[in-house]
Amino acid sequence: VGEMETAPKSGRDVPPKKDKLQTKRRKPRRYWEEETVPTRDGASAGPPCNKKNRELRPQRRKNAHILKKSRISKKPQVPKKPREWKNPESQRSLSGVNPGPGSSPLPRSKAKTRSRLEVAEAEEEETSIKAARSELLLAEEPGFLEGEDGEDTAKICQADIVEAVDIASAAKHFDLNLRQFGPYRLNYSRTGRHLAFGGRRGHVAALDWVTKKLMCEINVMEAVRDIRFLHSEALLAVAQNRWLHIYDNQGIELHCIRRCDRVTRLEFLPFHFLLATASETGFLTYLDVSVGKIVAALNARAGRLDVMSQNPYNAVIHLGHSNGTVSLWSPAMKEPLAKILCHRGGVRAVAVDSTGTYMATSGLDHQLKIFDLRGTYQPLSTRTLPHGAGHLAFSQRGLLVAGMGDVVNIWAGQGKASPPSLEQPYLTHRLSGPVHGLQFCPFEDVLGVGHSGGITSMLVPGAGEPNFDGLESNPYRSRKQRQEWEVKALLEKVPAELICLDPRALAKVDVISLEQGKKERIERLGYDPEAKAPFQPKPKQKGRSSTASLVKRKRKVMDEEHRDKVRQSLQQQQQRHKEVKAKSTGARPSALDRFVR
Amino acid sequence: MQWPPPWRRSPLLSASPPPGPAKEFLRPGRVSEAARLYSHYVTPAEGAREGRWQTRPSLRPASPTNAPQQPPLANVCQQNYGAPQDPVEPAGLRSASHVTGSSLGKAEVSCGSRRRWAELVPESSWSPAVGASKMKVKMLSRNPDNYVRETKLDLQRVPRNYDPTLHPFEVPREYVRALNATKLERVFAKPFLASLDGHRDGVNCLAKHPKNLATVLSGACDGEVRIWNLTQRNCIRTVQAHEGFVRGICTRFCGTSFFTVGDDKTVKQWKMDGPGYGEEEEPLHTILGKTVYTGIDHHWKEAVFATCGQQVDIWDEQRTNPICSMTWGFDSISSVKFNPVETFLLGSCASDRNIVLYDMRQATPLKKVILDMRTNTICWNPMEAFIFTAANEDYNLYTFDMRALDTPVMVHMDHVSAVLDVDYSPTGKEFVSASFDKSIRIFPVDKSRSREVYHTKRMQHVICVKWTSDSKYIMCGSDEMNIRLWKANASEKLGVLTSREKAAKDYNQKLKEKFQHYPHIKRIARHRHLPKSIYSQIQEQRIMKEARRRKEVNRIKHSKPGSVPIVSEKKKHIVAVVK
Repeated sequence: VGEMETAPKSGRDVPPKKDKLQTKRRKPRRYWEEETVPTRDGASAGPPCNKKNRELRPQRRKNAHILKKSRISKKPQVPKKPREWKNPESQRSLSGVNPGPGSSPLPRSKAKTRSRLEVAEAEEEETSIKAARSELLLAEEPGFLEGEDGEDTAKICQADIVEAVDIASAAKHFDLNLRQFGPYRLNYSRTGRHLAFGGRRGHVAALDWVTKKLMCEINVMEAVRDIRFLHSEALLAVAQNRWLHIYDNQGIELHCIRRCDRVTRLEFLPFHFLLATASETGFLTYLDVSVGKIVAALNARAGRLDVMSQNPYNAVIHLGHSNGTVSLWSPAMKEPLAKILCHRGGVRAVAVDSTGTYMATSGLDHQLKIFDLRGTYQPLSTRTLPHGAGHLAFSQRGLLVAGMGDVVNIWAGQGKASPPSLEQPYLTHRLSGPVHGLQFCPFEDVLGVGHSGGITSMLVPGAGEPNFDGLESNPYRSRKQRQEWEVKALLEKVPAELICLDPRALAKVDVISLEQGKKERIERLGYDPEAKAPFQPKPKQKGRSSTASLVKRKRKVMDEEHRDKVRQSLQQQQQRHKEVKAKSTGARPSALDRFVR
Repeated sequence: MQWPPPWRRSPLLSASPPPGPAKEFLRPGRVSEAARLYSHYVTPAEGAREGRWQTRPSLRPASPTNAPQQPPLANVCQQNYGAPQDPVEPAGLRSASHVTGSSLGKAEVSCGSRRRWAELVPESSWSPAVGASKMKVKMLSRNPDNYVRETKLDLQRVPRNYDPTLHPFEVPREYVRALNATKLERVFAKPFLASLDGHRDGVNCLAKHPKNLATVLSGACDGEVRIWNLTQRNCIRTVQAHEGFVRGICTRFCGTSFFTVGDDKTVKQWKMDGPGYGEEEEPLHTILGKTVYTGIDHHWKEAVFATCGQQVDIWDEQRTNPICSMTWGFDSISSVKFNPVETFLLGSCASDRNIVLYDMRQATPLKKVILDMRTNTICWNPMEAFIFTAANEDYNLYTFDMRALDTPVMVHMDHVSAVLDVDYSPTGKEFVSASFDKSIRIFPVDKSRSREVYHTKRMQHVICVKWTSDSKYIMCGSDEMNIRLWKANASEKLGVLTSREKAAKDYNQKLKEKFQHYPHIKRIARHRHLPKSIYSQIQEQRIMKEARRRKEVNRIKHSKPGSVPIVSEKKKHIVAVVK
């Protein structure tokens, strides 16, 4: 049947009926699941897929690039796809050809599938080019800071920058002297318009930092470990000494979440509406803030968790542990997706850049490392710092900031997609107390630093993304716009199960289950319905189709096929040889190589 | 007072003051009120480009810098902690940045309002650092006027940036959107529009008006013909056409008259318009035949029509004898249909299980195909001349390519009882079938499974079905004397769509297409509620089919390889093709 069909509901004797229905219902579903390809979360378990070349050409759209690549690699499977690939709307005609004058060919569906795929690919290419061209329309240019004739920009202090820039930008530099309740953690809202900060001794405040309008200020009379805005500036999660509390922008306590106790760090995944909390008890808990349910509570089995950050590209949570490893977590898995040994000694801070390509870690061994997250998980650059960094953060344009004692160092890369080079700091700044929290303000050239002496808002030219997208996060949005955005965002809340290392895994063809389904079908039917029938020569005109000639023709075709097969297998063999050679020359031979098969 | 103050004095700036007109403005006291108010929102780049001050009208209230001074947040927090504070002026905070904790004198405040020195310096300004070095600095500084609408009557400004890093999770979000769109489609799937009642016996045949979308003709089992207006949903004319059943009805291609055949062995031609005042309702022509006619169809372009019964007769409208009569076999023919594209071609189906094709220009039939069971009716694809679909008694429909009748192009199976009627959509991509199982189904031409099933509690065996000429609606006539009107696309919104609605619809459609094979989405899109009779029938037939297949597989498995031929589902139901 073309539909999932259910029996009509009956009012009475529900329990037995239900059982019967369920068994009845389950059967066709299993039948379908065998045939179709569940691509949803199978990929999360797999090894990290390589996302190479993602940032090589910043002019192009990144995803378009990947798509093209993956398509090419998938080309051979195209004819194997199930027929249902075709959509009924764009069907031209039954036979796939224009019924014009003369004899038209009989239906050939595979060629049609291929041509449709080609059309789709071409369309995609075109749209990606168009999207790249639309960059011309962007209104703002990113900021920058250059010293005179290659002079070290790190020597330029904040006062100089404030002096040099316009008044609107100069107003973004300020210090809040709050020595009484320090050290402070801080968080900017997603639009970059609002700032919330919480002091260790219970001081919690939120303000519109651009206009300096205070939204609320309270004392929770309890130690505040971390503070985080939820999806909009109207909600505020505060990790207090015992429990997790949620306040609104008036400072009214909305919820006290007792299932998240002794929380040390908070992260909010805005597209999944998940609040990830790391606790002293060693649990990583995901709280769905749209429905108020705990989605997953994962035991990291690594003692107290107090180093956490999220990968904004794929919503994977990175936890730093005291044994020097960083583990990557998704709520769909009980085990970490990956574990990376980063430092000798504990990990003190972790940060991931906005493209999800680089991870910066710092450890008790006073080292700062930048790791490549595109499959290799190898350190790209390392630097030993005199005191070691306790706090790290990436800006939208790839600047890396490290807080070391009361000094803040900022490193910059060559461009947006390149890793920050750790040789020369881009800017440095000394604060009036040891750093306790760091965050770059989104869409502004501002770095917020929470320290024991209060809050400092620093100017860091070139940190923020100059052109925001009005439909994603608009710093200038009105109340109505915010409400509309909120509804839209809630409607397209991504399910937590879809979090995996490659966020595009959902779009990929699950070849394994496709093959499996095919195999099962052959088993069920007893023969391969898609197998090519053996060649049968057609009898020709009178006198020409003697048995001998028929056999000869048949033999000819069979020989040709056989030769093709041999040629293909030879080619494959050669290819394999080449690969092996390339590999063996690349690495130094080891004594253990003899055990490699 | 000296300006700029000593700590701001720069050798470079004093050496090269900004260009002429700006000079006057810079003198303290002559700054216009507006400029002072909105000075916060003017970028240095603009100031430099204009070369002078622009006073921008804006509705946004800005805090004047000479407002009563309030202590900075920091100080307040230290003094009386805990109480919510009033908003703090930016000037105060900024000054705190430089002279932290210092007393904020009047000089400092006024200094804040005159900091436009820096703004007048071009974007890549050269300004002295403490170490007497020169640097280039540019900060992101947006002018809110470019991002906020000016008046409430304007549209909100929505700047776009298609950089993929600003739009993460593209695939999962699209997937969720597709899921939502699919769910909404099911929520809004309300296909039933109207029921036209008035017949006093089961509706046996339906015909569309060729020129008028709103007019529909129907013939009933008591010999009554009714003409309906679909927009008003009422009957506009009633004709007692025959004694006994009205077996067939068809309209002339020009739409001025229509033909009926009945059990009383007559063919009657009627005017489409009703009789004038005082006139009697009578047919234009009546042909008395020798045998019962079971079906009629009119040529699409010429004044020729065909009837079927014991044989297929082709008539000229002007004559009372058929031009030619064709038979092949000796059984009663249940329906005859003209090809709408190749207009000389006809197809008929007879109760001896065959489908016969004729060419009107020849005296003999072209070829025939014999199936397992009887075909009730056929319908030609209006877009592809060589394709037709046959509604069969064995619960299936078969789409044939008339050039290769030995294998149907597609076997459409979903009905659980005999299929009684079939009609193509004018687009030629889909067709609708009516069945004895009290439901109608819509099939894509190239799919073996139906995409839609329509049923109601009161609808009995559906005898005839038609797809309207605008391809938007479906009509079906059934045993219990009603004609029902359905939407062809169950969740379609009727009426005029605004451009935004249209765009959203198109976007959702594309998303649904893109993700249609994902199991979760597919399950929701396929789900239909079915009456218990059909549901249990489906289960039963599935078991039967499974048993048959199992037996077949076992037989193949346990016999010599190749000795038991594997017959595909398509070929299974074809007995023979005769030419």
